[in-house]
Amino acid sequence: MIDLVLGPLAHAFFVRALLASALVGLVCAVVGTYVVLKGLAFIGDAISHAAFPGIVAAFLLKGPFYLGAGIAAVATALAIGWVSRRARIRIDTAIGVLFAGTFAFGVFLFSAMRGWSPDLLSFLFGNVLAISAEDLLGLVALGGLVLAVVAIFWKELLYATFDPLGAGAAGLPVARLEYLVLALVALTIVVSLQAVGIILVVAMLVTPAATAQLLTVRFAALMRLAIVIGVGSGVVGLYLSDWLRVASGATIVLVETALFLVALLLGPRTGLLGLRRARSSRRQG
Amino acid sequence: MTAPHDHPHQHPAADRQLTTVDAGLDAGHARAHADLWLSDVTAGYDTRPVLEHITLAVEAGTLLAVVGPNGAGKSTLLKVMAGLLRPWGGRVEVLGAPPGREARRVAYVPQAETVDWAFPVTVGDVVMMGRYPALGPLRRPGTADRRAVATALERVGMREHEQAQIGALSGGQRRRVFLARALAAEPDLFLLDEPVTGIDATTQEELMDLLEAEAARGKTVIATTHDLACAAQRFQRVLAINREVVAHGPSSLVLDPTVLARTYGGHLLVLGGQAVLLDDAHHHDQPAPGERHYHDDVAP
Repeated sequence: MIDLVLGPLAHAFFVRALLASALVGLVCAVVGTYVVLKGLAFIGDAISHAAFPGIVAAFLLKGPFYLGAGIAAVATALAIGWVSRRARIRIDTAIGVLFAGTFAFGVFLFSAMRGWSPDLLSFLFGNVLAISAEDLLGLVALGGLVLAVVAIFWKELLYATFDPLGAGAAGLPVARLEYLVLALVALTIVVSLQAVGIILVVAMLVTPAATAQLLTVRFAALMRLAIVIGVGSGVVGLYLSDWLRVASGATIVLVETALFLVALLLGPRTGLLGLRRARSSRRQG
Repeated sequence: MTAPHDHPHQHPAADRQLTTVDAGLDAGHARAHADLWLSDVTAGYDTRPVLEHITLAVEAGTLLAVVGPNGAGKSTLLKVMAGLLRPWGGRVEVLGAPPGREARRVAYVPQAETVDWAFPVTVGDVVMMGRYPALGPLRRPGTADRRAVATALERVGMREHEQAQIGALSGGQRRRVFLARALAAEPDLFLLDEPVTGIDATTQEELMDLLEAEAARGKTVIATTHDLACAAQRFQRVLAINREVVAHGPSSLVLDPTVLARTYGGHLLVLGGQAVLLDDAHHHDQPAPGERHYHDDVAP
């Protein structure tokens, strides 16, 4: 048993992958708390798909993958923010258009590559085991930046998320905070791409906080619980994928999904079992 | 119909409006003594105007009720005052500055319907938010902030509910918590959207006692309401609007059947000198962009 846990740690690539998975779990849980409370899940999905042409462009230009993904993701995030404030079309319609359009552009670029082309699947679903030492350092720096910004502005972000009108009237720059959240979501997605890929990032963002929301009604506890779930799923999921010889990103997401379902069934507030118990005790009392 | 605003010291519109009830108060005097001053303000959403030619001066220490039918622009007026909505035209001064400039001296309480009551925050968290703007980024709430929160909760009678999630509260308790948040911010101007709507009589009396006390301390309190009886009994002054100012003055003068008939049009029945309001008190009078609305407003 101990061998199962310690054995993989003999390989440097596994240690790097483990650190990366835990970090992604942490950053996604923190930013995901705001994503869930603000209802930005669909926007997160759109931003991650929009990173695809950036990744392909970075590959074509032989530039760093994080830079291409970062520029594309942040630009899309700010564009969505702008459209949602200005345009006279429904925001989900605008996102739907951007989402599919940017992703199609990525596929277009990808299919235009001549000669040797990289593995499409690892772009779409990530491959954390292939992470290099430099990539891990970049990931730590970017993730650290996101966490530092949240540490500085968590109060303001909380107030503006809960009551934008009251916060705005009290002098908080609500519009700028909105853009800040979108930019943080974009950077978080860039941090997560190597681990879970474009398609599954949204689960990393949303699932830990959604699970925590079933278990607590306090903001601070919710974020702490989301972090435990995110980091724990990253570590457990990576080991599971190693033992079972299956895709790591998908396994991490599946662990999170399983925890969500358990919380949904057994949770004290929304738990289906809890509800039945409450109902039967009311009947007796 | 009114002069352009090229000359900031000439306000013919202000004269006209104020003399309707505030006989003898000239515009310059009103502006100099006003906590809140609007001149020929027009505002709305997208391309649809909601408020037109609003001219108004509110002195410091006033307890003012804003009344009018659904769609009259009561909430819109409050948003303009709070700096949440930029007017299309006209001039606004709040606490001697453009709206939003003195934001930390302003506490705004939105309508209960616009709040997400399932949000994972406790009563104590919400009231502490009143302290956030003055704290600024990086600084954590300290002893003084916790004391201010405790005092505010004490004043609204919600001290023992500090740890409760806001969704677990009754309608009246929810209004108490948001008023506590406003009190914790220690503002000079309270802007309250329907603070006494949908709550029991005891809560209404207690909240009005608090607002009266704040006004007596020189704070300005402006509250929209559908409750004409409350406006008549508990507010010193009343502003009756229906997209324009219909009347503004002492509540006894404004709340007479003629003025009310002009304010509410067909929504009001006058039966033997008693005004009966045919109005849905729980309805948003002006949905913001992106807000859901379930009824169609009929513009007067």
